[in-house]
Amino acid sequence: MEKPLTKNIQPDRAFATLADYESTGGYLGMRKAITDLQPKEVQQWVKDAGLRGRGGAGFSTGLKWSLVPMDADAPQVRYLVVNADEMEPGTFKDRLLLEKDPHQLIEGIIIAAYAIQATMAYIFLRGEYHLAAQRLAYALLEARSKGYLGKHVLDSGFSLEIVLHTSAGRYICGEETALLNALEGKRATPRAKPPFPLISGLWGKPTVVNNVETLCNVPHILQYGVEWYQGLARCVDKGTKLFGASGRVKYPGLWELPMGTSIREIIEEHAGGMRDGYKLRGFLPGGASTDFLLPEHLDVGMEFDAIAKAGSRMGTGNIIVLDDKTCPVQMVLNLEQFFAQESCGWCTPCRDGLPWTVTLLKDIIAGKGRLEDLDRLAGLTRMLGPGNTFCALAPGAMEPLQSALKYFREDFERYIVGHYDEVGVV
Amino acid sequence: MARIEIDGRFYDVQDNTNVLSTCLSLGMDLPYFCWHPAMGSVGACRQCAVIQYKDAEDTRGRLVMACMTPVMNDMRLSISSEQARRFRSDNIELLMTNHPHDCPVCEEGGECHLQDMTVMTGHTFRRYRGSKRTHNNQNLGPFINHEMNRCIACYRCVRFYNDYAGGHDLQVLGVHNNVYFGRFEDGTLENEFSGNLVEVCPTGVFTDKTFSAHYARKWDLQTAPSICVHCGLGCNTAPGERYGELRRIINRYHGAVNGYFLCDRGRFGYGFVNSSKRILKPRIDNQPIIAIETAESHFRKLLNAAKSTIGIGSPRASLEANFALRELVGEENFFLGLNDTEHTLLNTIIDLMRHGGIHSPSLREIEQADAVLILGEDVTHSAPRLALSIRQALRNASFAMAQTMHIPLWQDAAIRQLRGNVQSPLFIASICATRLDDVATNTYHGSPENVARLGFAIAHCLDDSTPAPFALSTSEQSLASSIASRLKQAKRPLVVSGTSCSCLAVIQAAYNIAKAIPSKDKQLTFTVPECNSVGLTIMGGKRLQQAFERIDNGLTDNVIILENDLYRRASHKAVDLFLETAAHVSVIDSLENKTTEKAQLLLPAATFAESEGTLVNNEGRAQRYFPVYPATEAARGSWQWLTSVMEDPHWQHHDALTSACATTLPGLATLIQSASVTEDAIAGSKIPRQPHRYSGRTAMHANIKVSEPGPAHDLETPFAFSMEGATTHAPPALLPVIWAPGWNSNQAINKFQEEISGHLRDGDTGIRLIEASGELPWFDDIPTAFEPEPGLWRITPLPNIFGSEELSQQSPSIRERQPLVCILLNPMDAETLAVGTGDPIEIREFAGATTLTIHAQIEHTLPRGLVGVTTGLPEFQSLQAWTQITLKKANPELQDLSEVPL
Ligand SMILES: Cc1cc2nc3c(=O)[nH]c(=O)nc-3n(C[C@H](O)[C@H](O)[C@H](O)COP(=O)(O)O)c2cc1C
Ligand code: SF4
Ligand code: SF4
Ligand code: SF4
Ligand code: FES
Repeated sequence: MEKPLTKNIQPDRAFATLADYESTGGYLGMRKAITDLQPKEVQQWVKDAGLRGRGGAGFSTGLKWSLVPMDADAPQVRYLVVNADEMEPGTFKDRLLLEKDPHQLIEGIIIAAYAIQATMAYIFLRGEYHLAAQRLAYALLEARSKGYLGKHVLDSGFSLEIVLHTSAGRYICGEETALLNALEGKRATPRAKPPFPLISGLWGKPTVVNNVETLCNVPHILQYGVEWYQGLARCVDKGTKLFGASGRVKYPGLWELPMGTSIREIIEEHAGGMRDGYKLRGFLPGGASTDFLLPEHLDVGMEFDAIAKAGSRMGTGNIIVLDDKTCPVQMVLNLEQFFAQESCGWCTPCRDGLPWTVTLLKDIIAGKGRLEDLDRLAGLTRMLGPGNTFCALAPGAMEPLQSALKYFREDFERYIVGHYDEVGVV
Repeated sequence: MARIEIDGRFYDVQDNTNVLSTCLSLGMDLPYFCWHPAMGSVGACRQCAVIQYKDAEDTRGRLVMACMTPVMNDMRLSISSEQARRFRSDNIELLMTNHPHDCPVCEEGGECHLQDMTVMTGHTFRRYRGSKRTHNNQNLGPFINHEMNRCIACYRCVRFYNDYAGGHDLQVLGVHNNVYFGRFEDGTLENEFSGNLVEVCPTGVFTDKTFSAHYARKWDLQTAPSICVHCGLGCNTAPGERYGELRRIINRYHGAVNGYFLCDRGRFGYGFVNSSKRILKPRIDNQPIIAIETAESHFRKLLNAAKSTIGIGSPRASLEANFALRELVGEENFFLGLNDTEHTLLNTIIDLMRHGGIHSPSLREIEQADAVLILGEDVTHSAPRLALSIRQALRNASFAMAQTMHIPLWQDAAIRQLRGNVQSPLFIASICATRLDDVATNTYHGSPENVARLGFAIAHCLDDSTPAPFALSTSEQSLASSIASRLKQAKRPLVVSGTSCSCLAVIQAAYNIAKAIPSKDKQLTFTVPECNSVGLTIMGGKRLQQAFERIDNGLTDNVIILENDLYRRASHKAVDLFLETAAHVSVIDSLENKTTEKAQLLLPAATFAESEGTLVNNEGRAQRYFPVYPATEAARGSWQWLTSVMEDPHWQHHDALTSACATTLPGLATLIQSASVTEDAIAGSKIPRQPHRYSGRTAMHANIKVSEPGPAHDLETPFAFSMEGATTHAPPALLPVIWAPGWNSNQAINKFQEEISGHLRDGDTGIRLIEASGELPWFDDIPTAFEPEPGLWRITPLPNIFGSEELSQQSPSIRERQPLVCILLNPMDAETLAVGTGDPIEIREFAGATTLTIHAQIEHTLPRGLVGVTTGLPEFQSLQAWTQITLKKANPELQDLSEVPL
């Protein structure tokens, strides 16, 4: 099984230096793009390869690039911004790529920037990722010293600067438009769309925002070609992806696997199944802001549409496992507290609805709940649903709650009717 | 145009706006918070939700925010669908989870947009059982209260304060449901438009602190349409009274002038009306007399006994009062009460407005400008509301860019996003730093002569047939040519100048520039110092110095001074001599001042709040104000004092004066349209000044007299001092308060506009008296450059919004904001004098003996050879503006300068 994304990650070294990276064919994709291909051709390759964004929404990366206005009368300043904010609870895939193989990302950035003819790229890095910051800074120096960055990359007409920006740390900074505001030094509040960042992004200029993992796929597409890339997957979605599992599994971790790998394979094979004494009760397939799925969904493949059909989202592809000794109500409370705290405070339903959600859940757990509170919670999940709030944070926050109400309703009710000791609380 | 369907009915509407604005324009009720008609949409509050259907078949539809949804042809919408209603009501419920529900003790109560919207959505029952988050409040200075617990986080305050008004010290702090709208620490809000927060905030977070001191509910206030008297712009206001005391001023919407906003001087300057310096009884030889008749007969006796009588008018008195004086004393004996400089400047301005052939724009038109040059003004201080309009004009470049990117112009945040490096050019040439410098493309600081020279140079770059100044520095030359080229490229360039520099050449240079600009949509506007400077000048009359000569020659022995403190306009020596030589001096005024002290007969004048009149603003728009409440004690309108001693009873009515003004004075002929406002508007019943819910009417005077006194009669205006009457037939421009069913706050204005932010239905108030025509020759009297003379400085008055204007400076809250009494010095001059900021410095008049000791303050942008003093402060009254003085460092121990010796 080919593992292009993690091939340079090896147990015997802290991270891949430039030499390590180049020894396995690193920067060849960049060379090909810049010396052999026109920007539009690079866009087409990535589009044809079928790469979909790994930041959660799964938008076609090549298509996104092709929507950037690039005619002669379009704004000549364009930006590429790398979303390395990774604050989704239970998600740690970008971290691995950043810490272990920074040049892979840098090469991806150079190719993407070339494809949209951006001369400035920003890496917006989660504040707590200190190690990644060090290694990225080092790798950027290495790349610059080789002439891969700066004026006239590879002596071509293309120039690129990459700026590493370490965030002050808010979950909402991962939302691409809040990220742009934060990068501009403004409050990290999302922006209205339209206009999309592709039209008016950073400093009002056309901007592409891509996830770290998304960009890490790009060098390989360029180096090995579209067909090779498409051949990696086991489903309609293409390529490989970092899938993870956390919770009471035997080996929590992260594995590069083909798109379409079944959840059962991830949990049972790669994560080694549940720890002894625990049974699988359910799981969030793609991070904290995705709907719960049940053991009956284990055979669903990790592909965007299949998971959607099962009632959840692929999200970041990092599974959070709920076992039979953890209370789903408390797990949901924990998540909602996170979201309530991370709400940016801009729109009413999220700002005031999430704290209410938390209050209700706390009341329920404290034995002060009422049965009608469950209707209220369900009402809030609708109220904070997609389209009703200003950005996707609140609808994401509602996903684990709405599915918990659907699948684990009796756990909620037991608290309310006073038999909470029956809940397998740990 | 677009055809849209809302709840099954079809409407033809504009397609360049959003659904919320459209629904409101159509007269529908749809709740909103974060949207503001002047500030566009940001989609934060989620209150304006409606259902949008895909097509004719779609029955479910999709919830969208009306304020964020562009109007498109064939769109189908529902406001009343259950899903949308439910969402709106649930949204209010969420907003309310932390709201204290303290309406009974909240000063917003009764005119609260949050109350209105809550009732509108039908949310009545509170299901939230949790505790509420609380905040600390801040002391924000003399104007504004802060009660943060009431905040619903609509973000309007910061959007207004920072984005719209250019403020910096009000911010959103904190996150999630702990967002906090305040300053980084307690302290006075610095922006000159902070008072608008009172109306912009939909709840009781920001309320009027001056109103708190004598609070009454909106429904208990008596109100009449009024005009601000504190500068020459003529903003429309709605002052409110109770118990014979003026309680507050709020904005009165005007589609062409002030729109939704006032400046803080206009909002908080009203304190003078309640001042202890008010003259409320006639005085003869400084002895108060009670009976009006005694005063009247004394006044008549003086007139009859006099050899001849001259009248001195006033730029802060109404046209009618000035005209009555002119009628009383005769045209040949009427003096405008302006000193030579003021007279020349204002006459030049009127001449340019009339015959210069360049359009004199309203504030709204100013907001359309795509390049602005300000010559010799710090508009924030000399015509404050104009500065706010100029800030909006600077957005036109980003609007143009947005259009090419297909971003709708009402998408406020998206457009501001573009703003960073796209802004229409603004150039400011002024004496020193101005409050608009933060958004200026380029600034120039120089003495008035040098500002004028730069102006002439700009005109010359635009059109080389205009005269050019010689000996311009290369940097001035290149600045002039870059300004000229930007003005040349603009489609709607605007030149702003005015009287602040007291320099004719500055005004003339402004005209040369405007004339030389090729665009036919160019505009030229002048700021003028007082509320009726333009009206008085159009009326025409002689200069103040000529009045002095009359008395000096012994040709006249009797003087009537109308609302004019001559000591503000001429040297103390000259005024003293004038008033002492005249055998009889009668003064009509509302506040004590140095001139009223010298009156043998002092007649108490009603203020704008207690009388009627017409004022002409800097644009040339004549607007009426009406008494809010009857004048107390013996005070009455100046025009009434003057006409009381006239033989012809015809003059006893105000409308007669207005129409006589129009028929007698050619420049005021169009005023005739407003002369019959009383009869036209009444058509049977009068408009009540007291709202339908006015309470306590039968009891409010019970401590004085048990039976209810009858209402005072008002024979002069369409309004009654009572609750009786009807407002239904009144044009919106004559509505005392803005109020509509379900809409108790000032935001009810949307029910009275032709469309959102458009003109008032049946027209905005006022008549433009001047429309540009003709053309004047180039001015070619270019001054030589100002060269400081060693050891000599020139007194340079610098207007200040808080303190310079005569009436508002008597308002206690304004006084708290008055700048330090100090003189400004260039740092190099300060060095030569060996003084630093805070050191006392002795000023001696070059020609005279006057000395004054005052603190120095260093001002880096002030040119050498000038000393800046705040215009109009009583502390500086003994100094003659623009005269030469010498300076000397004073002994620091001697001085406690909080008490400045005069
Ligand atoms: C609340 C919120 C948080 C998000 N956090 C992240 C994040 O940490 N990293 C990320 O790549 N995308 C995040 N996203 C998604 C981004 O908005 C955006 O879709 C993504 O960066 C696009 O990159 P892609 O097309 O390469 O996936 C977040 C979205 C939301 C609504
Ligand atoms: S849903 Fe609203 S409050 Fe929540 S993070 Fe997004 S914009 Fe902010
Ligand atoms: S203080 Fe008022 S205007 Fe500001 S956000 Fe709160 S409610 Fe809105
Ligand atoms: S700008 Fe002038 S007219 Fe308008 S409110 Fe201020 S002082 Fe009054
Ligand atoms: S008014 Fe539309 S979202 Fe606030």
